[in-house]
Amino acid sequence: MHEVGIMESALDAVRHQAVKHGADRVTRIVLRIGVLSGVDEEALRFAFEALAPHGVAAGAALEIETVAARAHCPHCGTDFGVERGFIFQCPQCHEYSGDIRAGRELGIARLEFSTP
Amino acid sequence: MSSPATPPAPVGEPGFRINALTGAVATPARSLSAPLSAEINAALSASPRGEVAIDVNIPLLEKNDILAERNRGYFLGRGLAALNLVSSPGAGKTTLLERTLDEFGRRTKCAVLVGDLETDNDGRRLSRPHAPVAQITTGTVCHLDAGMIARAAQSINLEGVRILFIENVGNLVCPASFDLGEQVRVVLLSTTEGEDKPLKYPPIFKSAHLVLLTKVDVADVLGFKRDVAVENIRRIAPQARLIQLSARTGEGIPEWYEFLQTLVVKS
Repeated sequence: MHEVGIMESALDAVRHQAVKHGADRVTRIVLRIGVLSGVDEEALRFAFEALAPHGVAAGAALEIETVAARAHCPHCGTDFGVERGFIFQCPQCHEYSGDIRAGRELGIARLEFSTP
Repeated sequence: MSSPATPPAPVGEPGFRINALTGAVATPARSLSAPLSAEINAALSASPRGEVAIDVNIPLLEKNDILAERNRGYFLGRGLAALNLVSSPGAGKTTLLERTLDEFGRRTKCAVLVGDLETDNDGRRLSRPHAPVAQITTGTVCHLDAGMIARAAQSINLEGVRILFIENVGNLVCPASFDLGEQVRVVLLSTTEGEDKPLKYPPIFKSAHLVLLTKVDVADVLGFKRDVAVENIRRIAPQARLIQLSARTGEGIPEWYEFLQTLVVKS
């Protein structure tokens, strides 16, 4: 359950941004989470519900954008998306690839505030 | 008020939206001429009840990542290679390190930072006069983070140390997300686990530079199919080097020491 620690650090960043923009309330938080980030969306939502009521993000909507994995084939140079699963096999030459170009994202993508 | 070309923004009369990356203001359409913060402040003071939306790119583990980079620089500056050893509990991290300190560690100075939720059992097991060891107890935390490593590294004498082993908390999930500032991430899989472990816990294997298949001496007794495990590792983590070894019989151990030696030469 490292998602609690991750959500704590996310809410810290949200608080910092709210102060910076003179906002008293956060209405929407959009996170961008890659499928390879090792973070579970359900656990993240659970952590948000537990932690958010005690701060500036109380009542905010949490949106999570999932980023699919993309890989680069070291053998034939093809860039390919991975629909499902974690075995990245090149659709052209069928080699396995460990060269990950997307899917490790773990960040805040968008914030919406309301100001007094 | 709004032009049909801009996407509809669900805001009332005094509201407005600014895209912080492009500087575009959704309603009304105008461009930012002054620094963004001044624009926002001016706009805020003009509106009795405002709504601000910003597009950002803030890493959730920003603090850890910064500390990890600092660790990496510190280790590089001292000319030591740091290895982050990750596995399930009981895969044989400590046993492998005991043997490594007794053999490889006599020729090349090594140090160990070892993490567990509780007890200093592993720290005591690894304690050697020729190798500094620090035990990190995390309490309830399921992984080591870069801050813990920075503090623990300060607590031991790294003079002359060429290889720093970081034995992570036994966990195949959480440590995947936390960069410690290591040069090499080593994931251990033991033959007492299933051949399909790499398929079940892909993120950690995807981040590995080296995979060690441990306890191979008992593979046959357990009916563990080595070829299946090797194929699973190759499919999930084709980027990783693979060494099959047994810390008890010594099979594959020379290959592990050779790998360590290349890190010493490089640093």
